[in-house]
Amino acid sequence: MSDHEYTPKSKVGKWFNDRLPLLTLANHLTDYPTPKNLNYWWTFGGILTFCLITQIITGIVLGMHYVAHADLAFQSVEHIMRDVNYGWLIRYVHANGASMFFLAVYIHIFRSLYYGSYKSPREVIWIIGMLIYFLMMATAFMGYVLPWGQMSFWGATVITNLFSAIPLVGESITNWLWGGYSVDNPTLTRFFSLHYLFPFLILGLVVLHIWALHVPGNNNPIGIDIKKPSKDTVPFHPYIVIKDAFALLIFLLIFAFFVFFSPNILGHADNYIEANPLVTPAHIVPEWYLLPFYAILRSVPDKLLGVIAMFAAIFVLVILPWLDTSKVRSTVFRPIYKQFYWFLVADVLILGYVGAMPAEGLYLLIARVATAYYFAHFLIILPFLGLKEKTTPLPLSITEPVLGGSADMAMARNNSDFKEKL
Amino acid sequence: MSDSEKKKPNRRDFIVTATTAAGAVGVGAVVWPLVDQMNPDASVKALASTEVDISAVEPGQSITVLWRGKPVFIKRRTQDEIDSARAVDLSELKHPEKDEDRAKNPEWLVMLGVCTHLGCVPLNDKGDYGAWFCPCHGSHYDTSGRIRKGPAPTNMEVPKYEFVNSNTIKIG
Repeated sequence: MSDHEYTPKSKVGKWFNDRLPLLTLANHLTDYPTPKNLNYWWTFGGILTFCLITQIITGIVLGMHYVAHADLAFQSVEHIMRDVNYGWLIRYVHANGASMFFLAVYIHIFRSLYYGSYKSPREVIWIIGMLIYFLMMATAFMGYVLPWGQMSFWGATVITNLFSAIPLVGESITNWLWGGYSVDNPTLTRFFSLHYLFPFLILGLVVLHIWALHVPGNNNPIGIDIKKPSKDTVPFHPYIVIKDAFALLIFLLIFAFFVFFSPNILGHADNYIEANPLVTPAHIVPEWYLLPFYAILRSVPDKLLGVIAMFAAIFVLVILPWLDTSKVRSTVFRPIYKQFYWFLVADVLILGYVGAMPAEGLYLLIARVATAYYFAHFLIILPFLGLKEKTTPLPLSITEPVLGGSADMAMARNNSDFKEKL
Repeated sequence: MSDSEKKKPNRRDFIVTATTAAGAVGVGAVVWPLVDQMNPDASVKALASTEVDISAVEPGQSITVLWRGKPVFIKRRTQDEIDSARAVDLSELKHPEKDEDRAKNPEWLVMLGVCTHLGCVPLNDKGDYGAWFCPCHGSHYDTSGRIRKGPAPTNMEVPKYEFVNSNTIKIG
């Protein structure tokens, strides 16, 4: 990925850089050529990095005051809210930060789906991203258990019981997960330990995610290959840095609105009741960001098949680069896929909605149709559409739609393989 | 360079300065809660005073109570101990303090039982002055808790306290 050799100007810098090329890395990140047509949907990578760092910092702080014990956890969270200096603020930032993190990651994922960022040569970036997403869900779930309220306890009970659906060894696995015969103190302490560990695994994967991104470089809204650096690119700093910073500020406005004006709106009041293993709350739902998967789980009438469907809903995303057979990346040039894309967005929103509703009557019927459509989108529509769809002509370069053609013939040659498809 | 020196600040300079200033305030507002959360919290501050019943303490006896996680010595001194503490010439002391100032009620000496050297708890009725001796690094204190010999720099600290009534001391 070294586009050019970099030599620090100062003697000390050169001495250090010869031994550990951190300055070369900093130079690469600064000069990194970026497509100049990136829109605001591309700012969510930076926003997500911010979210992760925020969760880690506030989480470390909460860990200083929280007590991971079934008898003390609930009290210690109230202690954080009432006694610890700014404890309420730090906890609300952490709790709402999880929601903001998922909001940003869903936009980031749907950005990739729209502009085909998962396609060759970016499959590995996509798969690492899916691993991060999966770890995020696991981390968020375990974090939700820690306050040891009613929703914590029963959420933990329901999710861990998913594994009891596995034939023959299901019961042994749930007992192993729990460290007993039900969710109890051993479950809480191991969840706390793993909830502390996973964000650092995510951080490591984020480094790999960005590393893998910097090999082919960014995709862009028209989805064509571009030459780097060229008239079609701008250096990451200051152009993208400023754009990312501005988007982050807008994002922080929304974040701050939740933290300061409606910190509990995304939570459940039942979680302010201490865990009681004898009484299940009347209406138990997961956090909003898990609702679509929860809807898929409940829409299947068989216990084992429901669990399989739920995990398959995630796994189908992992193999997406090979399910979408279209060579054209950006939806801008795929008129039919564009419609199916929005059907999918609507389908996932519907799944989220019915996931929050009782699993009965019309809701259950809608959930079943939406689940079927979700899988049909990935397993039937995408593979066939890619082969059949007539795409609109791709421009030869980013500047072409504006300037009416690229002066750079090398760039035009780069895109000849796309032209053949048209 | 000479051009820019002469140049008047323009609107962009104003925006940069204003943005930097607003950013600095914002960063400060974010950092302070993260720092302040490590300070003593409300539940700790709520325990900042302790009331002690001293009705059972006989002359010559000393009791040790816990206040803010530290030992506090409450010593009911004998007349001999009071006399020896008050007879000392201030010029002999490393950290000159009158016993009258340290023990408002001469019979009762109340002080933090923490050696001012490195924080160990001194032993009672030990040392060259028949009062307190710190076993960690050999500091000798007199019957007024003043440092007389050894590495400790200052006398043992007298906390804020008051007699609620003749049988009760409120520390803090």
